[in-house]
Amino acid sequence: MIEARGLTKVFHDKKRGLIRGADEVSFRVEPGRIYGLLGANGAGKTTTLRMLATLLRPTSGSAVVAGCDVVREPDRVRASVGFLAAGTALYARLTARETVAYFGRLNGLDEATLRARIRSLADELGMGEFLDRRCDGLSTGMKQKTSIARMLVHDPQVMIFDEPTLGLDVMTARAIVGFVRECRGRGKTVIYSTHVMSEAEKLCDVVGVIHEGRMRAEGAPAELRARTGGADLEECFVRIVAPGEPR
Amino acid sequence: MSWRTIATIYAKELRDSLRDRRTLLSTIIIPTFVMPAIVLGVGRMASSIIAKAKQEIPRIMVIGGADAPGVLAELKGSGRFRVEPAAPDWRALISDKRVRAAAQIPEGFGRALESGSAPPVTVYYYEGELKSGIAAEELRSFFVGVRDRAAARLLAARGLPAAIARPFEVRQANVAPPEKVGGNLLGGVIPYIIILLCFTGAMNPAMDLTAGEKERGTLEPLLCSPAARTDIVLGKFAMVLTGSLAAVVCSLVSVGVTLVVVGASLAGARAGAVRQAAAPTIDLAGLLGVLAMVLPVSVLFSAILFTVSLFAKSFKEAQSYAGPLILVVFMPAIVGMLPGIDLNLRLALVPILNLSLVCKEMLSGVWHWGYIAVIFGSTALYAAGALALAVGMFRREGVLFRT
Repeated sequence: MIEARGLTKVFHDKKRGLIRGADEVSFRVEPGRIYGLLGANGAGKTTTLRMLATLLRPTSGSAVVAGCDVVREPDRVRASVGFLAAGTALYARLTARETVAYFGRLNGLDEATLRARIRSLADELGMGEFLDRRCDGLSTGMKQKTSIARMLVHDPQVMIFDEPTLGLDVMTARAIVGFVRECRGRGKTVIYSTHVMSEAEKLCDVVGVIHEGRMRAEGAPAELRARTGGADLEECFVRIVAPGEPR
Repeated sequence: MSWRTIATIYAKELRDSLRDRRTLLSTIIIPTFVMPAIVLGVGRMASSIIAKAKQEIPRIMVIGGADAPGVLAELKGSGRFRVEPAAPDWRALISDKRVRAAAQIPEGFGRALESGSAPPVTVYYYEGELKSGIAAEELRSFFVGVRDRAAARLLAARGLPAAIARPFEVRQANVAPPEKVGGNLLGGVIPYIIILLCFTGAMNPAMDLTAGEKERGTLEPLLCSPAARTDIVLGKFAMVLTGSLAAVVCSLVSVGVTLVVVGASLAGARAGAVRQAAAPTIDLAGLLGVLAMVLPVSVLFSAILFTVSLFAKSFKEAQSYAGPLILVVFMPAIVGMLPGIDLNLRLALVPILNLSLVCKEMLSGVWHWGYIAVIFGSTALYAAGALALAVGMFRREGVLFRT
């Protein structure tokens, strides 16, 4: 489970002064549910997710991830979290197997467990043919599968996806979306950030709309449609973040 | 701190670096093959240039001397000089290297020489120009001969022996064994190599493992793992240090092997003192001492480069920071090479300069244990400070997520 309570992050910028990357953001995600964090570029999605993954320390507020406090127990939080972001990449000079094994070891898996886990992930994700190829020679789809295997190697309870389909072709993006659904099926707590509204509409059980660092609305896609009168999630989003915009 | 995590990160970085051509080039290939080639090549080229310059019969000019025809005839007939006709612009001709040196014989020199009260002869040359210096020395030696012979003649005319003008000779004798002489020669070169390679060996791994990872987007997944920040820094830092030490060890072993091989081949070709002077031997204890002293300096360089590179957003930006640092690092090394700079307590506390000076001493068989302890201790202290700074930097969000 994830519970964020008033998460706030203030950055100091030499030119712009104090910037509130996230401002009193609160939400709750139950196991077996996908929570969609919607927002435009720079809205505060990545900052919020980075605080949940303990990459950034909140300026104020708190969050509990898989029963552990992100400020007091960051190492335990990271051991329970799988993080996949659009901007992250693989080690070009390592093979897919070496990459997955590396993260397995960092997560404390012993060698026997690790071997079994890699075998099982390779079967599940269809990585057999490229498992021992270097990552710089893999196709985009293969790289995504490797990234997913890296994320899953320690079987985390909480999965954080930060715009995972950004820049991917349709087929690879569909595969990712399918994988996120599977995570929900396995009872994982999933948080999924995107600015692709159609993707969120199909995938998310609950959606939070974040704008200029603040949570502006929250609810199931159907609830948001009913509340704002929008025909789809995109329209709902525009009505929430820019109420003055022509419909 | 988890040693298992540090070892896991180090093993991964080592594997990754061994597959990186740039790292292999800067830590193994260049130190092993290029540095000995440079050292030997430059040495051989320098000795060849000097030998060639000494073989050349210098063009000289004599200003004045019309009343000393005997001296002029002796000079021309000696076969040691090519005497050019005197020209009013002789100074410019020396500067332009068309004439190597000039001797000015004052008016009345010939007559005064017979009476034993000749005015001084001035030899003009261009300081810093090798061939001009050789020509000037040759001219000086010629006129010393003329003077000595004139003195002998004057003494003989008074019925006195020539030896009265030189009641005794002054000789110089070397007490340093050949290996110490070799150590001194190597001691002049090796600190340069060590300091340069210590730094360049660490440069590529430091930039690749920090700014490179940020740029490629591989740092964030690592930060999301349960590995503690300190463990990540230490694992990566150990790899940077490995690069620095590998460069030094490869270079020293390679230079050592090359000198032994060259020494052996010279031993077969030459004999006696010439051979001993030309083939410096390496004092193994000195070499091991140098390696031990390099360790804290490598830690210091690795930590500084790690910190500086970590601050950069991209590999290119890291290069622009690390490049000028070479000059900063090299300055104390150059000061260490200046004549008359000897190790003392104050200099023993100056990083890099102290290594340069102590290496020179150890390679020539001099072991000042007090200074060695001060240098090792102070450098280790600086290195620990730099490493603490690196860990501190790695904890700063503004540095890790600098955009």
